[in-house]
Amino acid sequence: MSKIQHDISQALDCIKSGDTVLVGGFGLIGAPLTLIEGLTERDVTDLTIVSNNLGESGKGLGILLNQNKIKKGIGSYFTSNRDVGDKYQNGEIELELLPQGTLAESLRAGGAGLGGYYTTTGVGTDLAIGKEEREIDGIPYILEKAIRADVALIRAHKADTLGNLVYYKTARNFNPLMATAAKIVIVEVDEIVEAGELDPEEVVTPFIYIDTIVKAQQVLTKEGVVAV
Amino acid sequence: MTVQLSKSEMQHGIAKRVALELAGPCIVNLGIGIPTLVAEYMTEDNIYLHTENGLLGVTDVADEAIDPNLVNAGKLPVGEAVGASFFNSSDSFAMIRGGHVDVAILGALQVDETGVIANWAVPGKNIMGVGGAMDLLVGAKKVFVTMSHTSKDGSSKLLKECTYPITSTRQVDMIFTELAVFKVNAGQLELVDLMPGATIEEVREKTEAAFTE
Repeated sequence: MSKIQHDISQALDCIKSGDTVLVGGFGLIGAPLTLIEGLTERDVTDLTIVSNNLGESGKGLGILLNQNKIKKGIGSYFTSNRDVGDKYQNGEIELELLPQGTLAESLRAGGAGLGGYYTTTGVGTDLAIGKEEREIDGIPYILEKAIRADVALIRAHKADTLGNLVYYKTARNFNPLMATAAKIVIVEVDEIVEAGELDPEEVVTPFIYIDTIVKAQQVLTKEGVVAV
Repeated sequence: MTVQLSKSEMQHGIAKRVALELAGPCIVNLGIGIPTLVAEYMTEDNIYLHTENGLLGVTDVADEAIDPNLVNAGKLPVGEAVGASFFNSSDSFAMIRGGHVDVAILGALQVDETGVIANWAVPGKNIMGVGGAMDLLVGAKKVFVTMSHTSKDGSSKLLKECTYPITSTRQVDMIFTELAVFKVNAGQLELVDLMPGATIEEVREKTEAAFTE
């Protein structure tokens, strides 16, 4: 059965209220803008969103935030969207802040079948409160748990029909990690090519991780987000 | 200071001074704000810039060549150097935590007299972002801090103890302000340079932390 889905809403049918959803991107760069917009039109609430940021004010995940569809955000830098602070202040959203490297590594661990890992990042700070501390070879570490989710929404530059992916410049960021850490993975791409057209040496995400491929209808340009 | 500098002149002055401390070959990660300006003053060829959103080999970019999908950690457009590479966020932070980045240059809100910094949260305000600061502090071989010497109300940002939440228990290596440059030696601040126009009296008056001269 083909992984290519032309109907965005149909592709997102797997997301239910209360689900945990990974969303790729560093701000809007490398964010699956088409899938996010599709999600704003779906009747789902109480989502836990794992993403470095929650978009920008009124853009990307910021739209979903303003629709009150997000129950909890897990990320490293919510400062980029001032609406997050207002929602948090009013008790409308829960937030879990992780160091950026910890967010990335927890996703990697989740995708690799690990329960967690010990890291030096955050030791002795407020972000270590409640986390197990352990000394290994004389160095203090804290335990960070892996992150796994119901669905991942990611963006790549090109997919072949099997779902092998290549990325574009700094739009790669969290996307290859999120591709590994969810039960269902949906990717949006600029271009879909036939299997065999990507050099096996250049494939960054092998097709084993990918369930559904959609073509991007919203892209980030110098002039902002535009429909294509 | 006898000559009153604009904020921009002050920031560029600090960035220019930091650049003098960078000798190649080395890999440098630049934080947001004054650290980003350091790139303008680096003169050595074999300094490569790492940005945690997934690029080793950052350069500046001409306006006509701006690519919205090629940015630094401050989401500002950048270019790619000869020999550049792209990687995912996990690999990027493995480079940082794993001790492969030589120097991290960070901004700070406060520094204590042992060289511990606070730069991610202010008590009483929403704690909204930490980014890569904690990872850089535990992993970079050297950490340089740039900041204004005093807060808007004139109070010292070099304190006996940080009153804001610390970013790491790790002590930084050097601190650069518009008035002075300090080195951290065995958990003590040592004044190593006065900035142009600054006097030792002014530095003493505006520094709460103990330091050796």
